[in-house]
Amino acid sequence: MSTAATTETKPAPTAIEKIKVKVDGREIEVPRLTADWSGKLTPTTMIQACELAKTDVPHYCWHPKLPVVGNCRMCLVEFGTPAMGPDRKPVMNPDGTPKIAKSPRPAISCATPISPGMEIYTKTPAVKQMREGVLESLLINHPLDCPICDQAGECKLQEYSVDYGQSASRFVEAKVHKPKAVDLGPRIMLDAERCILCTRCIRFTRDIAGDDALGIINRGSYNTIATFPGMPFDNNYTLNTVDVCPVGALTSKDFRFQMRAWFLKETKSVCTSCATGCNVLIGSREEKIYRYTPRDNDAVNASWMCDAGRLNYKWIGRADRLKDVLVRGQKSTWAAALNEISDKLKKATAGSVAIIASARQTNEELWLLSKLKAKLGAVSDSIARIGAEDKLLVCADKNPNINGARLTGMCFTEAGINLAQIANGIEQGKIKTLIVFGENLVKHGVSAKALSEKETVSEVVEQHGLTAELLAKLDTLIVSDILPNETTRLAHYVLPGCAHAEKRGTFTNTDGRVQKFMKAVEAPGDARAEWEFLHDLVHNVTGQNGFVTIEGLFNQMAKEVPAFNGLTWSALGDTGVTVQI
Amino acid sequence: MKVSGLRGRGGAGFSCGLKWSFVDRKSGKPIYLICNADESEPGTFKDRQIMHKDPHQLIEGMIISCFANDVKLAYIYIRGEMPEGAKILNRAIKEAREKNFLGKNILGTGYDLEIYVHRGAGAYICGEETGLIESLEGKRPYPRIKPPYFPAILGLWMCPTIVNNVETLCNVKHIVELGGAEFAKLGTPNNTGTRIVSLSGHVKRPGYYEIEVGKATLRELLYDKNFGGGLRDGRQLKAIIPGGSSSKVLKAGEKFKLKKKDAEGKEILVETDMLDLPYDFDSLAQAGTMSGSSAIIVMDDSVDIVKALANLSEFYAHESCGQCTPCREGSLWMNKTLQRLTHGEGRASDADYLGKIADNIPGGRTICAFGEACSWPVQSFLAKFKDEFVAKGAADEARRAKEIAAPAEQKQLEAAHH
Repeated sequence: MSTAATTETKPAPTAIEKIKVKVDGREIEVPRLTADWSGKLTPTTMIQACELAKTDVPHYCWHPKLPVVGNCRMCLVEFGTPAMGPDRKPVMNPDGTPKIAKSPRPAISCATPISPGMEIYTKTPAVKQMREGVLESLLINHPLDCPICDQAGECKLQEYSVDYGQSASRFVEAKVHKPKAVDLGPRIMLDAERCILCTRCIRFTRDIAGDDALGIINRGSYNTIATFPGMPFDNNYTLNTVDVCPVGALTSKDFRFQMRAWFLKETKSVCTSCATGCNVLIGSREEKIYRYTPRDNDAVNASWMCDAGRLNYKWIGRADRLKDVLVRGQKSTWAAALNEISDKLKKATAGSVAIIASARQTNEELWLLSKLKAKLGAVSDSIARIGAEDKLLVCADKNPNINGARLTGMCFTEAGINLAQIANGIEQGKIKTLIVFGENLVKHGVSAKALSEKETVSEVVEQHGLTAELLAKLDTLIVSDILPNETTRLAHYVLPGCAHAEKRGTFTNTDGRVQKFMKAVEAPGDARAEWEFLHDLVHNVTGQNGFVTIEGLFNQMAKEVPAFNGLTWSALGDTGVTVQI
Repeated sequence: MKVSGLRGRGGAGFSCGLKWSFVDRKSGKPIYLICNADESEPGTFKDRQIMHKDPHQLIEGMIISCFANDVKLAYIYIRGEMPEGAKILNRAIKEAREKNFLGKNILGTGYDLEIYVHRGAGAYICGEETGLIESLEGKRPYPRIKPPYFPAILGLWMCPTIVNNVETLCNVKHIVELGGAEFAKLGTPNNTGTRIVSLSGHVKRPGYYEIEVGKATLRELLYDKNFGGGLRDGRQLKAIIPGGSSSKVLKAGEKFKLKKKDAEGKEILVETDMLDLPYDFDSLAQAGTMSGSSAIIVMDDSVDIVKALANLSEFYAHESCGQCTPCREGSLWMNKTLQRLTHGEGRASDADYLGKIADNIPGGRTICAFGEACSWPVQSFLAKFKDEFVAKGAADEARRAKEIAAPAEQKQLEAAHH
């Protein structure tokens, strides 16, 4: 397992020596060494040099984040190196340029290191002919079932067929038939006939996921990807093999036959299933989410994400989503509800309000809540979620933004330690109003007596004294959530919020990386992005008029929250910026 | 070793001394020596004979080679289909150990060496040195990419490794005994020493014969009473596969221009009949083929050349490991075409069709030389016997046309009858 997969590729402390090579006649300078799949500096290969020269070299088996095997042969190129005389000195052309000795044999650009003065030829007739030959070989036994294949539209076989394919096949023999719809594991299906045997899936699960579960059986053209007999392909990273599969051999049971890839709108977002904050693309069509796929970010998740996070999107489209603003159980409007709440909060005495924010909220929302907190002199906290972690991506902290809650002052280093104080305040009648965002308090609420028997802080954090009976004592319970639960049913005011896929904002991950996410789908019914109505609420209660755009809001927050100083929404880019936490 | 001029006997004919000189001796990692006894090339049976008849020659050669290269652990990777050979070698190793030729502190020199026999599981590709190493490591024998995995630097367990053929290692014993210069006097310049030739096919005395390299011509090997003893009575020579089944075929009566030095030492080209080719590395290379594993397959005029190629191609389609695309798909494609051609479903155009498939495989497009091994026979058979392939396809087409026409004629007859 690679630790480097999740750490940022740091710029080398000392400048790496640059060497000059020519790609298709154009001279470029490339570093002598480049980070390989594991992050180790190794001699730069031809394909990497070609990438720097913005020259596409078609390839199937090569993947920048996987060990090099060089088996597909699609990236074969011709090349030459400066000719050496018998005296080991370079031979010069009459015009004073070094004479290039063209290699009689081609080389795979994915594995061949560059050398000074090397010339790489990617567009010669011989190279084109080799690519055509490889493509023909890959297609002769391929079922050509693009119309029913989920990969269609994002398939390397299709793409390179446009470039190097023949319009008609000269293959007149019987095709090799292999198993189809093979149940490899709980989330993966294999169509062995579509497989081009590039072994990306084998290398991913062996070298990245650390589970040597896949291999090849049989020989020659009958080669087939398989699991060990009776051992399903089941680890938390199996779906990444579907991403790395350049063809439609491996498909996700969740996504297959659901939607054509070209209909999907892709939105840059962040996974919210744990504090790692893997960068994702949300694939959606007509306000429905069909899949998450990982988005490259070497500082966070490389090119991968876990299966649990990837499949954790269906709740967003649930039919029982909170769609209406409710005031004491009756459907209301945002204006009416916010006015009522504002009036109550303005009249509230100092210390009579408590806020339980959620570490699933965005930095901006938490910051707006902190404004309310300051104005009302409120006590605040958040709820920790602790689970299992692994060595690759999964973080034990299941909240996407506990660091945001900390940095904005909505909770302490250990989330949940104020909950007992809030429970006591309610019990004693000091706290009359409770504002809750995105947390079902009742779920972990146990009686104060039972809680006092707990031995460790973490147990207390997991369970707290905020029971349904206690909440019933409140004068005002304001709850904003996405899905209905016991706490929303107890609330006097229910404010329907948005899933992250329905709004914009930023999270601060476990390493302090501030990452923004974009809106993929519309929220159902009257549900509104929390930062929008919080902005209204803060304006009503404090009189401060902040920004009405997410960009302005973020930039204002960055000025006021010390940890975020210097950041701007635009400077976050697609992959975020790490701050000191 | 360099002075002896010994060239590898496995097939490529690479200088053994040079190979040893590439070994990375500064890595601090152990150096391994592997004896490649995965003799699988169709027509080749020299190593099996050495191991069966004189295993101690091999073991002695290995001990000397290991000592010379500071190797403490060596393997004999023997083909899975040779259980008898493995038994014999294990017995010989036991005997050598009992005499303290192997084991700890050999003969009081302070040098330790162990040799293990490892049996393959029956794959031709395990004879490719990096495929062999992968197999020895317990993996699927997918040949490795070079660069970076040159055995001399990153071989077995990513340590410097020497892989030599059985016969090559046996020669080491004689080189040490005779001295390099003396050994180099055997054979011809640049083609030194002796070689065992596996002679099979349509000769009266098929078998294995040891010759000084280049001192016998193909004609002598086929017709001399000490070697092949001539073709079967009443038969004419049709073709020779001179260096194991993957080498390019020679057609009877072919003429080649060989480089020779005349009396004044000037280089001249001498027209040579294929039968007069001296049996060595360089002459056969000049004839566009190779002496490979020195296995000569003789075919007389009773041979259906299409069927012969179909037979060879079936072997290669079965043995392609399937790692690289061109070889994996091309080897089976060629075989399917040839099987179709031999089963009456051919087309006159199949000769060209087959040639185009074969052209897409060799020439550095694959990781190992198997791509060449499977396509060279097809290319050379087609180049030299194309008319037979075209004739076979055309005959099939004519027969099928007749079969299709026949029922129609029948109907016309019936109609006339009514």
